[in-house]
Amino acid sequence: MSAIDRTARDMPPATPGVKRIAEPRADERPGSNYLNNGYGWKSWLLTKDHKRIGILYLISISLFFALGGIYAGFIRLELLTPQSDLLQPATYNKVFTQHGIIMVFLFLVPSIPATLGNFLIPLMIGAKDLAFPRINLLSWYLLIIGAVFALGAMMYGGVDTGWTFYTPFSSTYSNTYVTATGIGIFVAGFSSILTGLNFIVTIHTMRAPGMTWFRMPLFVWAHYATSLIMILGTPVLAITISLMAFERVTRVGIFDPALGGDPILFQHLFWFYSHPAVYIMLLPGMGIISEIISTFSRKNIFGYKFVAFSSIAIAVFGFLVWGHHMFTTGQSVYAGLVFSFISYAVAVPSAIKVFNWSATLFRGSISYDTPMLYALGFLGLFTLGGMTGVFLAAIGLDVHVHDTYFVVAHFHYIMVGGTLLAYLGGLHYWWPKMFGRMYPEGWGRFSALVVFVGFNLTFFPQFLLGYLGMPRRYAAYPVDIPAFQVLHILSTAGATILGAGLVIPLIYLIWSLIGGPKAAGDPWMATGLEWRTASPPPTENFHETPVVTWNAYEYAPQEDMEVIGKTSPDDKPDRSSYSGA
Amino acid sequence: MATRVEDSTLIPAVHDTHANHRVAHHDPHTEDASGHHPALQHHFDNLEQQRDATTLGMWTFLVTEIMFFGGLFMAYTVYRVFNPEAFEAASRVLEIKYGAINTAVLIASSLTMAMAVYFSQIGNRKLLVAFLGLTMILGTAFLGIKAIEYSHKFAHNTYPGAVPFEVDHHVVEEYEREKGRPFPDINRVQMFYVIYYGMTGIHALHMVIGIIALGFLTFYGYRGAYSPEYNSPVELTGLYWHFVDIVWIFLFPLLYLIGRH
Amino acid sequence: MSEHIVQPKSYYKIFGALMVLTALTVVVAFFDFGALNDIVAMTIAVTKATLVILFFMHVFYSSRLTKTIVVAGFFWLAIMFVMIGSDYLSRGYVPRGITNYVERH
Repeated sequence: MSAIDRTARDMPPATPGVKRIAEPRADERPGSNYLNNGYGWKSWLLTKDHKRIGILYLISISLFFALGGIYAGFIRLELLTPQSDLLQPATYNKVFTQHGIIMVFLFLVPSIPATLGNFLIPLMIGAKDLAFPRINLLSWYLLIIGAVFALGAMMYGGVDTGWTFYTPFSSTYSNTYVTATGIGIFVAGFSSILTGLNFIVTIHTMRAPGMTWFRMPLFVWAHYATSLIMILGTPVLAITISLMAFERVTRVGIFDPALGGDPILFQHLFWFYSHPAVYIMLLPGMGIISEIISTFSRKNIFGYKFVAFSSIAIAVFGFLVWGHHMFTTGQSVYAGLVFSFISYAVAVPSAIKVFNWSATLFRGSISYDTPMLYALGFLGLFTLGGMTGVFLAAIGLDVHVHDTYFVVAHFHYIMVGGTLLAYLGGLHYWWPKMFGRMYPEGWGRFSALVVFVGFNLTFFPQFLLGYLGMPRRYAAYPVDIPAFQVLHILSTAGATILGAGLVIPLIYLIWSLIGGPKAAGDPWMATGLEWRTASPPPTENFHETPVVTWNAYEYAPQEDMEVIGKTSPDDKPDRSSYSGA
Repeated sequence: MATRVEDSTLIPAVHDTHANHRVAHHDPHTEDASGHHPALQHHFDNLEQQRDATTLGMWTFLVTEIMFFGGLFMAYTVYRVFNPEAFEAASRVLEIKYGAINTAVLIASSLTMAMAVYFSQIGNRKLLVAFLGLTMILGTAFLGIKAIEYSHKFAHNTYPGAVPFEVDHHVVEEYEREKGRPFPDINRVQMFYVIYYGMTGIHALHMVIGIIALGFLTFYGYRGAYSPEYNSPVELTGLYWHFVDIVWIFLFPLLYLIGRH
Repeated sequence: MSEHIVQPKSYYKIFGALMVLTALTVVVAFFDFGALNDIVAMTIAVTKATLVILFFMHVFYSSRLTKTIVVAGFFWLAIMFVMIGSDYLSRGYVPRGITNYVERH
């Protein structure tokens, strides 16, 4: 079934006895939705509607992503040649720092939770809004204020510490705008805390009647786990950055051994947040993948509870492994062993997810729509990134490849191959819900393939580079190792393709807002509550509070779908071979 | 064309929230035309859900506060283990009377805050406002004593980044006489004061925020905004205030009382 | 979650206990218990904090969810202390295998 078939029909025929879409209330204009409910700038910038705030986030983080991408482009261009000819080494330091800060703090951390999570969580659990709409708006403003500080510092001259701000370089020696950037991250961190707080309270107290914990979509479970990390980890980052800034301003070395301090304490406190932050970025993506894979396999997710609890397990274990970033510092050998061992353990819940997704695909009625292509890409790339993560958890190998391009490739497989692909998949999947328009399916599939190819060409050579000994954060590399330049050129070529693959969706998604065919309430015939309302949803989400009587992902096998209405309930075809139950 | 199959239905809401609501509220003046309590926000079904949500929100926020102060306590612990003598010597420089009086003041303010919550629960507006005011006064007294203490320390150049960093020479002499060994490395003593000012400064900032919140509560409480049905702002500010008290309960022995023996 | 109204009488009792404990912690600070100094001080502080949490903050009468959140908050703080502490406490130790290796080479 092609997308055109789906979009051409206005609304699927209602099964007798099943009221699919809530009728508009009599006292309301038909077709009134959150997008046409007010047009002035105040109706957007002062909105308390979680859907509009989600759109505000979408626009702002897309801009941040573009900016971070431009910096990535400069890095790749510089590394085309062994000499530091395009950028001076000092400038190069600033460029990779800006790339990291923008991508981590302004794009990846808020990306999925603040846009899709914000938009979808109330819809998915049948609530009118998040629990604290004003705090939700405040958290967007905090992100923007944080971005103003961070980007303002960038315009004045930038930062060259790397996104990790290791002391004593950041606190004592760097002559760049560390404090202003630190303030920006501090403020953006509070945006993240408030988002997480809002999600936790919403999921606990705002669920519709009948929406039990184990009927919630896995997207919501993943966001719950993410929110736990946000509220438990981010405050520690805030205090750490404050201490660093305090040291910088007063010139009293908090992390200075001469005063009885310890620079490694900074790294401990920094990674206490920043390692779990990796899961802030990744877990929501895993939630998206659960939704997409079950929808486009027309199957219930395999092992729902395992997937749900593995999210929580990842959130908890994620807090116990940060020391694997510090194997080559003065951290004690025994602590390193403990951190190494627990790092292996995190692979278990991650693997549970991958196995369950694969089992969901098994004998499903798979359709290769754009979101599904992104999801399948995620599966492969996340597995690669995760497995190389297990390499890095081993102290012996980590000491060998520490601070090389192997590490860079590893976390880009997780962050780009994982989070970004999931984000794009989710954006395509829920685009019809968000804007009520379909995008051109053919272009969608094409761009998904281009992104996949471009991504692998960019980052796979970096594994090889790292293994050969190319250190990260260097503007120049030796000429007499020809493999270095060959691999860097491949990587830069891949980055070009990846960039093109990202521009295509930007164009057709914007085009679809005007020219796209109108989307039905449930264009993918999915089971989630968010599809039980109009596309785009009305301002209050549901005209009547929905009552949930079904589990998430109650997809019936294909042959049941074909024969619906023709057979009595007792006369169903044998479903034992399909349902996975 | 396949038709989607599910045993899902979308039936009208069975729980009439307004019905529950009317049973709970007898005073018609507190309800608007639609039967809603004026303090009920549109996206909540009823006041109970709203209170559950806001209470959970405040507790979740307090957990973030635990982690926020936790980072400072972690730094304190590590550096004290690194420099036990310097920390104990530095602690002797602080004046115990200010710390002890402030502890008493803060605990008293916690009591008055708890009483304010009680009077909001039983709907006694006069005593609610009185106890909120009392809590504000005690909070301000705490900050005043803290300011006196800070000014003494600044007068002796006992603050991080002072040129030169010094401590009161009477304490140094007394220490050397009593312990029979020289006063520890002044740089490491300074590290204690980095943490001291960091912790007490952030604690004082929380007090200021609390006092401002109490100011709003007093204003709205005086205007009669809180009733036995709707008093979560008082209760939640109370939670925050008690949390700030708890932080001080730990700061007092860790900063003032080590190295007195 | 029904609201439990705590009577002022129990607030006075808690207040009295907190004041007594404050006086106690000041007094014991002037005695030397050796390694137990900090343990005594922290025990008193934890007792005081527990009283405030349970009664002034009504956790004693609150839902299981609230109790879980409070415990989780302190548990995560404990994670931070234990994991970072495990590094600092074992800083001096080098496994025998490594020292042997270094000696042999």
